[in-house]
Amino acid sequence: MATLHTVNKSPFATQSLLSCLAHAKAGDTVLMIEDGVYGASAGTGLAEAVAGLGGGVTLAVLAPDLKARGIDAARLMDGVKSVDYAGFVDLAATHDRTQSWL
Amino acid sequence: MSETVKKFLYVNRKAPYGTIYAQESLEVVLIGAAFDQDVSMAFLDDGVFQLTKGQDTKEIGLKNFSPTFRALGDFEVTKLYVEKESLAERGLTLEDLQNIEYEDEDDDWAEKPSIRLVSRAEMADVMADQDVILSF
Repeated sequence: MATLHTVNKSPFATQSLLSCLAHAKAGDTVLMIEDGVYGASAGTGLAEAVAGLGGGVTLAVLAPDLKARGIDAARLMDGVKSVDYAGFVDLAATHDRTQSWL
Repeated sequence: MSETVKKFLYVNRKAPYGTIYAQESLEVVLIGAAFDQDVSMAFLDDGVFQLTKGQDTKEIGLKNFSPTFRALGDFEVTKLYVEKESLAERGLTLEDLQNIEYEDEDDDWAEKPSIRLVSRAEMADVMADQDVILSF
């Protein structure tokens, strides 16, 4: 009974990612897309909070959105999974529901 | 005619007048209510500002849609989950929110509060219990 959460806003502009992580349950996946991918980098002012809150969940980013923004995959926080569009579809299909954090 | 009833949750995380999300959410809830599904609404983060009492939009040229929340009970939308932590972070308590009630047809039409205060952890449980989640 897991949920796929998507976050499409920069965590430096809105609370969406932190609120999402505070409501996600063990076994859920949080997929960062569009400007949401800025939340996946290591060494930012929010990385510690993201890693701390994201303990029981799988963190993922949409690779085309990372690439578009010039973020090297090497900058990602440990444990963040990178998926392509087909991987996004797989995630939607393997979770019971999807919740967008707008 | 037996159709599957699904659990729908409308998640509200934005304040009422700065963007159109809150009003659109209410429109969709009222439309969705016609389909006899199990509908709940969740208010967290800035979404709790939608339910404050005393809203008066006369001078900003927008429709004050806050009274509509009090009509939801007539459409069998009787579960409005409000997150305690979100209220507290914004200096609000239940006293600052509108009194929203519904008539319970299974209890001699007794008037009961629609607002259910829940903790952040309980809100996560509510979300995990749904078939469909629509976000605004």
